[in-house]
Amino acid sequence: MADTPRSFQEIILRLQAYWAGQGCAVLQPYDMEVGAGTFHPATTLRSLGARPWAAAYVQPSRRPTDGRYGENPNRLQHYYQYQVIIKPSPPDLQELYLGSLAAIGIDAALHDIRFVEDDWESPTLGAWGLGWEVWCDGMEVSQFTYFQQVGGHDCAPVSGELTYGLERLAMYVLGVDHVMDMPFNDPDAPIPLTYGDVFRQTEEEYSRHNFDAASTDALLRHFEDAEAECARLLAVPATDPRTGKRIVMAHPAYDQCIKASHLFNLLDARGVISVTERQAYIGRVRALAKMCADAFVTTAAAGATEAA
Amino acid sequence: MPDLLIELFSEEIPARMQARAAADLKKMITDGLVEAGLTYASAAAFATPRRLALSVEGLSARSQATREERKGPATTAPDKAVEGFLRSTGLTRDRLEIRAAGKGEAYFAVIETPGRDAAGIVAEVLEGTIRRFPWPKSMRWGTSSLRWVRPLHSILCLLVGDDGAEIVPVEVEGLRAGNATRGHRFMAPEPFSVTSFDDYEAKLKRAKVMLRPGEREEAIWHDATNMAFARGLEVVEDRGLLAEVAGLVEWPVVLMGPIGEDFLSLPPEVLRTSMKEHQKFFSVRNPGTGRIEGFVTVANIETADDGATILAGNGKVLAARLSDARFFWERDLAEAKAGMGAWAAANRDVTFHNRLGSQADKVARVAALAETIAPMVGADPGLARQAAEVAKLDLRSEMVGEFPELQGLMGRYYAGAAGLPAEVAAAAEEHYAPLGPSDEVPTAPVSVAVALADKIDTLAGFWAVDEKPTGSKDPFALRRAALGAIRLLLSNGLRLSLGGIFTLANGEADAADLLSFFHDRLKVHLRERGIRHDVIDACLAMPGADDLTLLVRRAESLQAVMGTEDGTNLVQGFKRANNILAQAEEKDGVEYSFGPDLKFAESDEEKALFAALDAAEARIAPAMEREDFAAAMEAMAGLRGPIDAFFEAVQVNAENDILRRNRLNLLNRIRIIVGRVADLTRIEG
Repeated sequence: MADTPRSFQEIILRLQAYWAGQGCAVLQPYDMEVGAGTFHPATTLRSLGARPWAAAYVQPSRRPTDGRYGENPNRLQHYYQYQVIIKPSPPDLQELYLGSLAAIGIDAALHDIRFVEDDWESPTLGAWGLGWEVWCDGMEVSQFTYFQQVGGHDCAPVSGELTYGLERLAMYVLGVDHVMDMPFNDPDAPIPLTYGDVFRQTEEEYSRHNFDAASTDALLRHFEDAEAECARLLAVPATDPRTGKRIVMAHPAYDQCIKASHLFNLLDARGVISVTERQAYIGRVRALAKMCADAFVTTAAAGATEAA
Repeated sequence: MPDLLIELFSEEIPARMQARAAADLKKMITDGLVEAGLTYASAAAFATPRRLALSVEGLSARSQATREERKGPATTAPDKAVEGFLRSTGLTRDRLEIRAAGKGEAYFAVIETPGRDAAGIVAEVLEGTIRRFPWPKSMRWGTSSLRWVRPLHSILCLLVGDDGAEIVPVEVEGLRAGNATRGHRFMAPEPFSVTSFDDYEAKLKRAKVMLRPGEREEAIWHDATNMAFARGLEVVEDRGLLAEVAGLVEWPVVLMGPIGEDFLSLPPEVLRTSMKEHQKFFSVRNPGTGRIEGFVTVANIETADDGATILAGNGKVLAARLSDARFFWERDLAEAKAGMGAWAAANRDVTFHNRLGSQADKVARVAALAETIAPMVGADPGLARQAAEVAKLDLRSEMVGEFPELQGLMGRYYAGAAGLPAEVAAAAEEHYAPLGPSDEVPTAPVSVAVALADKIDTLAGFWAVDEKPTGSKDPFALRRAALGAIRLLLSNGLRLSLGGIFTLANGEADAADLLSFFHDRLKVHLRERGIRHDVIDACLAMPGADDLTLLVRRAESLQAVMGTEDGTNLVQGFKRANNILAQAEEKDGVEYSFGPDLKFAESDEEKALFAALDAAEARIAPAMEREDFAAAMEAMAGLRGPIDAFFEAVQVNAENDILRRNRLNLLNRIRIIVGRVADLTRIEG
């Protein structure tokens, strides 16, 4: 049984090594602001189409409304998710997952690990799946989902998705009560750093920004721009005049969808979206996600052999 | 007679679906077997988080061979008819027999179905069951096109006869049935094979799986109550939670821990809700103080440290949850003490319905209506208004944001903390009631005023914007709201004219239509209390039918009379009188509405009816005046004898026109006098 890790980063490194060992491509975070690891095109887009896929990555994620100026022991507006996506979902995915817990020092013979019904739905991505939240001694440590639909498309084959909330999981493994007190690097390193050393100030700054300072006018404008740009990119004829090749710009368009989604989250945190408007905004982002999914499934990465 | 054992082994089945799934498995398989001609002695189904199992005892080894003869079209019939017959019998033409039938000849089909071995039938039925299983939500996985609630991993299917167990050859999407299963995920993961149901259940137990949900529930409850008792505490009973928890474990291990001192000041409902909703913990109460002081959690594993690590982890998670709850509680209390102005303001930003304004707009309407209703229900108008203004504020509190099911209850705490009168605080909680048909109905006048105003405002509002329930669609739960208002009125014996109140609540609502909606709901409600719908109809036609309390009292009295011999016979006599009168009026083109004259009465029976009507009228009018329906009904029922005697002895349509007219006018008096009590034309039979 693996020994107990000593730092936040060691947990991440062990997960990377474990999933690399299971044959996943270890990707790097997507270079945009997203609300969750699912938004990474490696999950959203790659879960579409027939081509097999296996990837694992850390994804910094932002939830502007969860900012607590670094004071709350568990809540952060910026945090890390660890994401694994395998298509088709292997028959032993639960065992593989339990193996990853063992790799970070959770001994299944000593803890109470349970799969508790929790169906996943992302209204903004037009996506849903069935699965569980995984409990370790009563704490939710991961989300485990079999994707059924993404961007309005049936997933065939089905992808299995695992999402670990890294801070919470690490706090549990390391026995830390306040996230800011958690050792980020090795506590015996020449310069030991805690999570707070790295993120306390940014949590303060972004909390202020998200709740009070972000320009709502600019956010609204950017939202409209991203929405228009997404649609425009997808409306461009598929044949590229420069190369003569069929180049559908699914990913650049999807970037705009991600942007719109994050801008919506910021607007929400600024409290300028009413309950009724909320649904309308979510519907607008979903429409973008669907268009991007429609475009992606016509491409080679989705396994489309010859585009129409 | 072999026994059948089936197990469908999968990834974790949601707890809430297990019981239903076990029942569906039993029904689908046994129905299928019976339909295919097999019989069985008994069947029982079980579910754990990872398996559905079915045991069928005393199954017939083979189905009976059957022979069926069917007569088809005549040999002279057109080809089309013969083809149709072939289709319906599944035979080819050369298999048909020609026999004499009537004057000519006809085709006959002899359909012989040979008996089949149980194994073949079981295989077919099981495959069909798996493919058509009615999960509330199902999914696909990997590259399979099969649907199940979560990935299905193995199928065990055995026919156990005297000479041993035989694997039934079933294969569904590459899953081939075998005789093996697995035990507990962590404590006994190795596969093992079984030879019968008894062997299966025993080996599962050795492999740390309790197959029977009831046994798991009992084990949990037994251990939990014992542990609590040993420390002088008691477990708060919660059957729903017990069933859910039993569906989350294959091998229940009960652990009990304390709640930190810091959290004991939280309202017990908050502790209980937080522990139940987030952690699926039972609450443990100190019977002396009523305080919640501990929790019981149910783990799925026995560990080397006797659950110490698990209990510590759970305690830690609970502390984090309760810290959140305490944070919400303290922030909310501060806002409550500051007068809850921020919540009132926030209600202005929350849409109640896009055509009915914000939550604050609704509150203003309810407050005005509650103030108006207050005197009619014995409440102080000022308090009723104040209570209505406060009642929806907790919706904006942090605690209710986190635990919506605590709405109302938190309102009571916060109104209390704000120093508001006890009646106002109580109304904040009670004004939602009654929700379900078995909920208790509030009786405190201020609560009643706000509860009624809230429901009537909702109904009148949705009526005004034409969002009425249709068929099975009732997205705003308006039927429930109307039933709630009805129960408030009836169980408090309140005397309100709803028509006027509907108009007051919303001038644009069709008050008559809304009233008839109330009447429909009332009929459903009274039917459950054994009052006939035709009895209610007979009372609906009477004046004051928008006063439901009055209406129901009238209906109850009428129902009582209808239960007597006099009552049922009176209806016959009344209907006879009414029919004769109606026919005569139609024939003559006049209304016989003059008073009859005693001097034209001939027989004793006719004179007696005059006297009886005079007497009844003299009793009915004052009885109705003082709403003594029983007395009025009794007086009305007393007419039965004289009316029967009259019809026995007297020919209404006499030769003499004067006599005839007088008698018709006499019948009209029956109609008028009876009609003051109830509309007996609506009574059936």
